[in-house]
Amino acid sequence: MFKIFEPGKIFLITSKAPKYVMILFIIVLSIGLLEALIFSPEDYKQSHSVRIMYVHVPAAWISLGIFSSVAFLSLVGYIFKNKNFFLIAKSLAPSGLVFNIIALVTGSIWGKPTWGTWWAWDARITSMLILALFYVMYLIAWRIYEDKEQVLKITTTITIIGIVNVPIIKYSVDWWNTLHQPASINILSKSSIHSSMMFPLLVMTAAFALFSLLIFLMKYNTELIKIKNKGLDRL
Amino acid sequence: MIEEILYMNGYGVYVWSAFFFTLISFTTLYVIIKIQYIKEKNKFVTKFGALDSEKAERARLQIINKEILSSSQSI
Repeated sequence: MFKIFEPGKIFLITSKAPKYVMILFIIVLSIGLLEALIFSPEDYKQSHSVRIMYVHVPAAWISLGIFSSVAFLSLVGYIFKNKNFFLIAKSLAPSGLVFNIIALVTGSIWGKPTWGTWWAWDARITSMLILALFYVMYLIAWRIYEDKEQVLKITTTITIIGIVNVPIIKYSVDWWNTLHQPASINILSKSSIHSSMMFPLLVMTAAFALFSLLIFLMKYNTELIKIKNKGLDRL
Repeated sequence: MIEEILYMNGYGVYVWSAFFFTLISFTTLYVIIKIQYIKEKNKFVTKFGALDSEKAERARLQIINKEILSSSQSI
């Protein structure tokens, strides 16, 4: 059923793809930075500090997306006993953690001019911090457990518990009184953000997604070579 | 114009530090992953070179091994 996910076949693609993804990433990021820092308008209320949104929001979106993917892949990998799914999940996690940290730090920088504080134990911020802890636990588990079966069980458990936090992050602004404003962008209904700000936001999101793809490909190739190194030892 | 972009009505320090932090994080992650990648590749090439001819032939039958060896020439 999962023959197309054979590492040998995948490596043929993943070993060649990073350079093309890198070129595309640089092009999209350059456009995104120009739009975000120069061409997009300032906000009537927040003035230029709104520009922090162009790194903060895509980073938060992508870190949430990656964690959801990691949880899904771990669960599917565990059900179907397919180790390659775990390998994909493991390769996605480092960029997810970095995006989570970027979202927290840039959010803190944005908080100072907007709310007058670097940090608040607000529901959205706290739940994002908890997500970062789940990423850390997940990555540490891969490092400390040597028994293969045990590490697969533990990492799957961490992601299943952690995925409960994802809807909490999403709906925290609706469920509790937080410093964060409710979502401005909705897939199902009309977004309240103006197109002149939406465009740079989407371009920056695309750039960040390309960067996480680049890191994933490089990490995945590294993991495959690691397996092959062990294979050579057994010859 | 440049002063306006840098200063941003007094918000420049916040905006630029957020963008710089993001770019520094990207660069750091990229460099770490690249170093790990090159290290593993070099380890593979060294191990492959140490194999006797029979084992090397057997290892070369796998497409992935051939790919790793061919791509390692470009690093």
